Amino acid sequence: MIIRTSDKDFNFGLRYSDVTPKELYLNRRKFLGAGAAALGALALPGSADAAVLNGVNKTGPMANLLKDTASPKKDVTTYNNYYEFGTGKQDPSQNAPAWKPNAVWPVKIEGEVKAPKTLNLADIMKLGMEERIYRMRCVERWSVVVPWIGIPLATVLKQVELTGNAKYVAFETYYNAKEMLSAREAGIALPYVEGLRIDEAMNPLAMLAVGMYGESLPNQNGAPIRLVVPWKYGYKNIKSIVRIRLVEKEPPTTWGIYNPREYGFYSNVNPEVDHPRWSQKQEQRLGTGFLGQGTRIDTVKFNGYGAQVASLYTGMDLAKNH
Amino acid sequence: MNKLLSSKWTKAVLFLLGLSPLLVLLWFVYQLDLTANPLEYITHYTGDWTLRFFIITLAVTPLRVMLNRPAVTRFRRMLGLYTFFYGCLHLLTWVWFDRQFEISGMWEDIVKRLYITVGMASFATMVPLAITSNARAIRTLGFKRWQQLHRLIYVGAAAGVVHYLWLVKSDIRKPLMYGAILLALLLFRAVLWIQKKKR
Repeated sequence: MIIRTSDKDFNFGLRYSDVTPKELYLNRRKFLGAGAAALGALALPGSADAAVLNGVNKTGPMANLLKDTASPKKDVTTYNNYYEFGTGKQDPSQNAPAWKPNAVWPVKIEGEVKAPKTLNLADIMKLGMEERIYRMRCVERWSVVVPWIGIPLATVLKQVELTGNAKYVAFETYYNAKEMLSAREAGIALPYVEGLRIDEAMNPLAMLAVGMYGESLPNQNGAPIRLVVPWKYGYKNIKSIVRIRLVEKEPPTTWGIYNPREYGFYSNVNPEVDHPRWSQKQEQRLGTGFLGQGTRIDTVKFNGYGAQVASLYTGMDLAKNH
Repeated sequence: MNKLLSSKWTKAVLFLLGLSPLLVLLWFVYQLDLTANPLEYITHYTGDWTLRFFIITLAVTPLRVMLNRPAVTRFRRMLGLYTFFYGCLHLLTWVWFDRQFEISGMWEDIVKRLYITVGMASFATMVPLAITSNARAIRTLGFKRWQQLHRLIYVGAAAGVVHYLWLVKSDIRKPLMYGAILLALLLFRAVLWIQKKKR
């Protein structure tokens, strides 16, 4: 008997979700506990709590640097890598909407600063929101174009006074094992951590996004606040940030811990440097093409943002520092 | 039971069941319900079914022995050919939709990307098995040699699992599950072989 199930898999006696009980378990709890509201969220992944964001500057100098066309919202909100909510591409859009992030969402900024500070989501949004249409290129060779709404990271970092030792910025994602996969199930160390060099973090392109497509972020896209660094591979864009730590030494990164040979600290989009297991010369732009199958296009160094960021890496061997 | 096993209808039903994953996939294509990344979806779908049919095919012998029903064997060829069939669809998806018949790029991938090398090796083992999956080939080769040749499926199935294991980013649960089932099926044969030796 073939029974279609939520993860688009097929029941043939032995299903592979037999070994992924948590994802089903998360789904089941959603049905049992949350009732009609959660069912609504299930029907329209991520849109249940979406709020229109007002007071967004849509005509800033970085509104659409590369004159790209935004990808279909449906693609961007149903095809995600957010391993805490499942390792399949559709898992996060099925599992994450039931998650209720703390509405205040305090973000700690600490480490090499004169005085640590906690900024709530609302404080950060008040610093001034801009819409920016950025490319996002995943290390797995697919890409999308997303109209983000966010605040320049530099603006947020300027809310604290850095010490002379603040050479790097380390980010940390929210993690609660009761609501999410375990590190063993996800296959990566959790909570998810990422990092930037301080000059990268201060680059005007780097942004903390709080929304997309005119609304607040859906959970599966990293609500309530996430990093967006469009010249780097997707996994640098850490989601659901709870802690920003200024540090002196290069901080560990989740994928770097997993496999330093495959995922370097810099992770700049670069067609000249292959992933050890596959070529990075081309990418598949989702939502384009005859049947929306995703046209194959050439990958551009720094994802096309060389004019803004290439000078950060002058004199560096980008194959070695990949 | 034996009547059911020897009925031509059972074979027809099994044939349709084997075809149904493809029919379901075509239905999704028609509905344009293939996720945001149809290429990846079809690639994974056909790859998954190739591995599943490897396992189903390799389950025939243990099933035959455990049920003590030699008639089960009459379905083995069809199941093996379905493995090859879904393997062909998987390869075709890559050659056509992913690499778009670009020979040099494909060759570079086969040589440089280990998971593709193993995947191609797995496919390569299936070709002689598909070609010799008829009574004439058994007669020409002689049963003993034919049987030895067809043990290549162990290599092909193992290479298929390794192919999957090497391409996933971090969540290795699914490839490990395929690997565990395959190991169990091969261990069953090893035990049979040892028992036979002892006798």
